[in-house]
Amino acid sequence: MYAFNYKKAASLSEAKTLFASGDDPLLMAGGQTLIPTLKQRLASPSDVIDISKLAELKGIEVSGDGVVIGAGQVHASVQNSAEVKEAIPALSALAGEIGDPAVRHRGTLGGSIANSDPTADYPAACLALGATIHTETRTIEADDFFTDLFETALEEGEIVTKVSFPVPDKAAYVKFPNPASRYAIVGVFVAQKGGKVRVAVTGAGSKVFRVAAMETALESNFSADAIGEIAVPSGDLNSDLHASADYRAHLITVMAKRAVAACG
Amino acid sequence: MASSSSSNVTGIGAPVRRKEDHRFITGKGRYTDDINQPGQTWGSFVRSPHAHAGIKSIDKSAALAVPGVVAVLDGKDLAADEIGGLICGWMIHSKDGSEMKAGAHPALALDTVRYVGDHVAIVIAETQGAAKDGAEAVVVDYDGRPAVIDLATAQKAAPVHEVSNDNTVYDWELGLKAETEAAFEKAAHIVSIDITNNRLVPNAMEPRAAIGCFDEGTGNYTLYTTSQNPHVARLILSAFIGIAPEHKLRVVAPDVGGGFGSKIFVYAEETVCVWAAKKVGRPVKWTCDRSEAFLSDCHGRDHISHAELAVSEDGKFLGLRVKTLANLGAYLSTFSSSVPTYLYGTLLSGQYAIPAIYVEVDGIYTHTAPVDAYRGAGRPEAAYLVERLVDRAAHQLGRDPAELRKQNFVREFPYETPVIMTYDIGDFDASLDRAMEMIDYKGFDARRAEAATRGKLRGIGISTYIEACGIAPSKAVGSLGAGVGLWESAEVRVNPTGSVEVLTGSHSHGQGHETTFAQVVSDKFGIPIEDVEIVHGDTDKVQFGMGTYGSRSGAVGMSALANACDKVTVKAKRIAAHLLEVPVDEVTLTDGVFAAVSTNETLAFGEVSLAAYMAHNLPEDGMEPGLAEKAFYDPENFTFPAGCHICEVEIDPETGVTRIANFVAVDDFGTVINPMIVEGQVHGGLAQGIGQALLEEGIYDKDSGQLITGSYMDYTMPRADDLPTYQVDMTITKCPSNPLGIKGCGEAGAIGSPPAVINAVAHAIGNDDIAMPATPQRVWRSLQESA
Repeated sequence: MYAFNYKKAASLSEAKTLFASGDDPLLMAGGQTLIPTLKQRLASPSDVIDISKLAELKGIEVSGDGVVIGAGQVHASVQNSAEVKEAIPALSALAGEIGDPAVRHRGTLGGSIANSDPTADYPAACLALGATIHTETRTIEADDFFTDLFETALEEGEIVTKVSFPVPDKAAYVKFPNPASRYAIVGVFVAQKGGKVRVAVTGAGSKVFRVAAMETALESNFSADAIGEIAVPSGDLNSDLHASADYRAHLITVMAKRAVAACG
Repeated sequence: MASSSSSNVTGIGAPVRRKEDHRFITGKGRYTDDINQPGQTWGSFVRSPHAHAGIKSIDKSAALAVPGVVAVLDGKDLAADEIGGLICGWMIHSKDGSEMKAGAHPALALDTVRYVGDHVAIVIAETQGAAKDGAEAVVVDYDGRPAVIDLATAQKAAPVHEVSNDNTVYDWELGLKAETEAAFEKAAHIVSIDITNNRLVPNAMEPRAAIGCFDEGTGNYTLYTTSQNPHVARLILSAFIGIAPEHKLRVVAPDVGGGFGSKIFVYAEETVCVWAAKKVGRPVKWTCDRSEAFLSDCHGRDHISHAELAVSEDGKFLGLRVKTLANLGAYLSTFSSSVPTYLYGTLLSGQYAIPAIYVEVDGIYTHTAPVDAYRGAGRPEAAYLVERLVDRAAHQLGRDPAELRKQNFVREFPYETPVIMTYDIGDFDASLDRAMEMIDYKGFDARRAEAATRGKLRGIGISTYIEACGIAPSKAVGSLGAGVGLWESAEVRVNPTGSVEVLTGSHSHGQGHETTFAQVVSDKFGIPIEDVEIVHGDTDKVQFGMGTYGSRSGAVGMSALANACDKVTVKAKRIAAHLLEVPVDEVTLTDGVFAAVSTNETLAFGEVSLAAYMAHNLPEDGMEPGLAEKAFYDPENFTFPAGCHICEVEIDPETGVTRIANFVAVDDFGTVINPMIVEGQVHGGLAQGIGQALLEEGIYDKDSGQLITGSYMDYTMPRADDLPTYQVDMTITKCPSNPLGIKGCGEAGAIGSPPAVINAVAHAIGNDDIAMPATPQRVWRSLQESA
């Protein structure tokens, strides 16, 4: 780890000020990606601004048609929230499959989506549920938020404050984990709401993406069989030691079918 | 033999809880990294980013300007001090009688780097952070060159070392060439297989670490290091590398958090730390991080083999011929040359009577990390080859795999194999029968049919393995090229109060010796294990010993201990007889009490030990005071643990995911000192064997020579949820060649399990070309290809 200045923000506005005054600052929420990166000397920020304890980023609110989760909520809190479990069981289940218990008790929703790791789980939920991402200055629809590999629509220093998830009629997330890292090789989140279906895939491409052909097929016939023959072209998919692009393409269909079946 | 004292709850055979665990699980262990010395500095190594490059120049100036940096030392500094290179301690000869071709292995590279992670320089600084900053600031001007990575084609590539034009360290052979050829000529069936034994990265929980110290007053060096065999380290560092005379160097291997073989070897880093300590006049500490461990620890396995089995019309094995390419990496590590030869070729008879066997092994240089012993060391490679081949033979002949094995089992002992082993005892039918019963072999078809209704492919696979432990008779291994004897030592010191200290040359790095060695003493003297302290791992305290590897500590280390205990008993009985005024052959020792049969008088163990040290009234035949004895035990033969593992898998054909549905291990380890610890050893070995079969593989990029699986993001370490609940049992035949009847249990799990798993996967998918590790992607692709 290279030396850096550690600064703990007491408020959102102080975090903004600290960020603005740093030479090469980084924001840290749960630190579950940043700290390993620092330890491997792969990042050398001038300042690490800790926003993990900000009250403004806390809270889980469930109303009739929506779940609003503070960006600073750790995964375990979403996993274990009785209200979230009741409103969107697929979301709490997804949170319970992220990393391991230590990661789930430190890593945050905001940190996960702001990083736009192509193998992270939460982006699939955001995209499939049609979530709205709130920052201190504006709201961004999930469809516009994840722009590329580790890239989002966030401006430099812009902080995710909360995420609103509309409550679907049914939803499920099924993940095929990388045997080594347990990140998603393919994770498919399927959600149905008022006749509309959204299918979001994480792990397989450079960023989370939707599969229009599956959505259309499921809107006319919400069953696993309806998408059994729909394959995502492998051309743009990731290929690595653990899964070639064609294997990933195959797994997308398999996981999507299983997610549809899990929706009940 | 074990005492007849049935009341001893801490003796041989008792499932005593491990004495050492409380300190380990409460964070009170004392590992090398826990030790700090006054005035200590930190070292960080500059490592090669290239698989192969010349070193044109090394510019230390920027590193020396980093705040806190004390010194930057490189290969030229080592050479100037006439420090020798690292050695390989087992001479292997090629077919033509020539010696193996060992390229120089400087502890810091002189003019060439030969694998990614090769050690180039050390930066020594006030803090670990400053040392790392300094290491990044060293400017090495490399002249990048093409790397030899692919094992299959390495013999046709440019040389890794000038000593070998074709990258062949040796071309070794063993067995009966002409008889084997003749066997193939009369064979009704020839079964052949091409097989790869995947490279593994050891991943001990505690990464390597070292602290080198030099005392200017006495001229003595001390090295704290993560070693499985501190005396061997001291011998090599003094006699071959030339750090210091043997009596001026103390090597301490304190608590060590796992080794699996990877901490047998004398590495560059510990060599450099102890040398540099004198250079900078301060202790030098280095602790490896995990990424560094992936690159620089010796790896394991990495074979490519072609094998053929000659079988008669009715299924008798007639002959076996094997050709293996063994990757030894860029340099020969301490015992690397012996692993694919005498620890591999000698086990190719398996549990079978095969009249003719001939094996050829080419040891190969590549631009990858050195490959040396890793849990099983040669024997997993042999078992995997034989057990895959036998399964294929059963398939090809339309025979039940269990029946074909039984038809060819060795049943008369001693049995001399064509590959120079003499199996002393065993009962291979017993372990196979028991394992088949435990897994309900007969009920498999019903389970397969039920799995099919759930869309799953179920398969069952057998492995009946044998291995050789108790390494080894010194004279025998000496004749085969070993540079050391492989006996073991023990000293038993009975204190005046009757408590006991054992100084053993064995080393515990997770095995539980503080418990099991104490159980032997408890059994011999009938005293509680709380009264016994096991001392190991410090050359200043313990007499010369050979350390722990090859599942040898029970069979060899405990034999030395048992013999030393017996010497103590002989003397103690003489003292007791003198005090009890009876003839010595009338004195018994039971439950810690010496008794005279005719008079019914007794003396407690502590009364006799006190008398030995008081020396007021010893037998008047010149008996010396004190009660301490030493024994050096050299085994007469290897020991031959054997057993049967049966694995049942279920495969999801849509994803290729393999789940182990059931796993049975029935092993014959001879006498068991502590069944709970032995079962733990089996579990751990199985985890590593299943890891090799389904998950783990060290992969280098074929062009760049970068280690692709250089972290846990890509190298799949087994996790609890990858592994089943094991069913473990034992069938016991006591080893006839050592005093306690022990065979050894440390490696069997990793030896027996990979072929059982892969045979099961092959059975499930109907394709026995599946390679290890049988990852989901590989299984899925295999199913696609056969569809």
